[in-house]
Amino acid sequence: MLRILQFLYRIRAFILFVFLEVLAIWMIVTNNSPQGAAFFNSSNRLVGAALEKQANVVQFFSLAEANEALTAENAEILQRLSFLQVKPDSMGIELDSALAATYQFKGGRVIGSSLRFSQNYLTINKGAKDGIKPGMGIFNPQGVVGRVKSVSENYAVAFSLLNTDLLVSSKIKSTDVFGSVQWDGESSTEAKLLFVPRHVKAQEGDTIVTSGFNAVFPEGILIGIISKISPDEKDPNYLDLTVKLSTDFSKVNYVYLVENTLFNELDSLYRQSEISNEY
Amino acid sequence: MNIRNLFSFVLLIIFLGVIQILFLKNLALFGVAFVFIYLLGILLLPISVKTSPLLFLAFFLGLMIDVFYETIGMHAAAATCLAFFRSLWLRVISPTGGYVDTEEPSLNEMGLVWFLTYSFPLIFVYSLVFFIADQWGTSGFLGVLNKSFFSSILTCLLAILVQLLFFKRRRGI
Repeated sequence: MLRILQFLYRIRAFILFVFLEVLAIWMIVTNNSPQGAAFFNSSNRLVGAALEKQANVVQFFSLAEANEALTAENAEILQRLSFLQVKPDSMGIELDSALAATYQFKGGRVIGSSLRFSQNYLTINKGAKDGIKPGMGIFNPQGVVGRVKSVSENYAVAFSLLNTDLLVSSKIKSTDVFGSVQWDGESSTEAKLLFVPRHVKAQEGDTIVTSGFNAVFPEGILIGIISKISPDEKDPNYLDLTVKLSTDFSKVNYVYLVENTLFNELDSLYRQSEISNEY
Repeated sequence: MNIRNLFSFVLLIIFLGVIQILFLKNLALFGVAFVFIYLLGILLLPISVKTSPLLFLAFFLGLMIDVFYETIGMHAAAATCLAFFRSLWLRVISPTGGYVDTEEPSLNEMGLVWFLTYSFPLIFVYSLVFFIADQWGTSGFLGVLNKSFFSSILTCLLAILVQLLFFKRRRGI
């Protein structure tokens, strides 16, 4: 018995090493599940505040660019507004008010992001206090950015589109063929469009937009354009489509958050009919 | 290790941690070379420090960095690994006659060649563990090796630069 204890004492460093490694791996694994380890991330107040300070300094240098982007967007909105004010010269269908109020939009600012890992996240300076909820979609004028993962009072952490865990339901704009956009973990400017059958005639340069099926994003938000088409090597029934992302993830700054107010109803309906709704 | 030394080490680790979080978080040269300069804080601890406190220190330091990187556990796992292999590796490459008890394994005390043989393999092990944890199952091993190799080179270079620029000769910071 004494021998065993002596032996254990002699290899105590190794035992401690194994213990700490197991602890770390356990943390990695639990954190990768969507609801895991909400405390240990940048929605934590202290960490969020530090990141916000950093973002403040960095953003000062990109103010000109942000201004330019905002002006461009303003211009576009003004143009649309003027288009709306013109009296219709033909019959239009009144939108059902329930449908029109399906989506709610909020603004926010990205204060922390990464794009070099295979699971990238964004931190946003709005939280539960401002009505942000887990599951909301995030986009900016360039295109889709990500999806909110967890929320604290003042901050929110989101999956970036550059996260191999995030699937965005999408379609090819010209032909309405739908699939799912998922990042393959390689280049931060490209992603894959999955589940497009081989018979579909896709062309390089075709626009990919959100489909509106997943109830996270409204229909028609830009994701990117097809840059390469080849047959899928693993599964010959599908095409391997590479999408050049329209969002420049190294410069994501101001974003919009969108919430589907009917999401809960849709979700429970899916669950009731035992369909797994992939987002 | 006396109180003054301890104090300067705490300062060094906090300083390196802040640099890592604020400036080096989004840096990746050519998309493959990352910098983990905060490891210098673990590497430069005196040789007389025992393995167990070293492991704890490395684990919590890694965890602190993790919280800011949104990669819970990955830096912690890698840094713990580095701390464990540091003791073994120090024993393997000990110069004839052994170490003087209070010696720090730093560039100024041990020379360039020794420091490189000391730090490069350890940082490589760290990067390897980190990138394996990061890319688990998503991409090939070649990419991991690629990233680890260039990250180790860049981190080593920067570690040497930091010591040349900011450390006084013959003494710690």
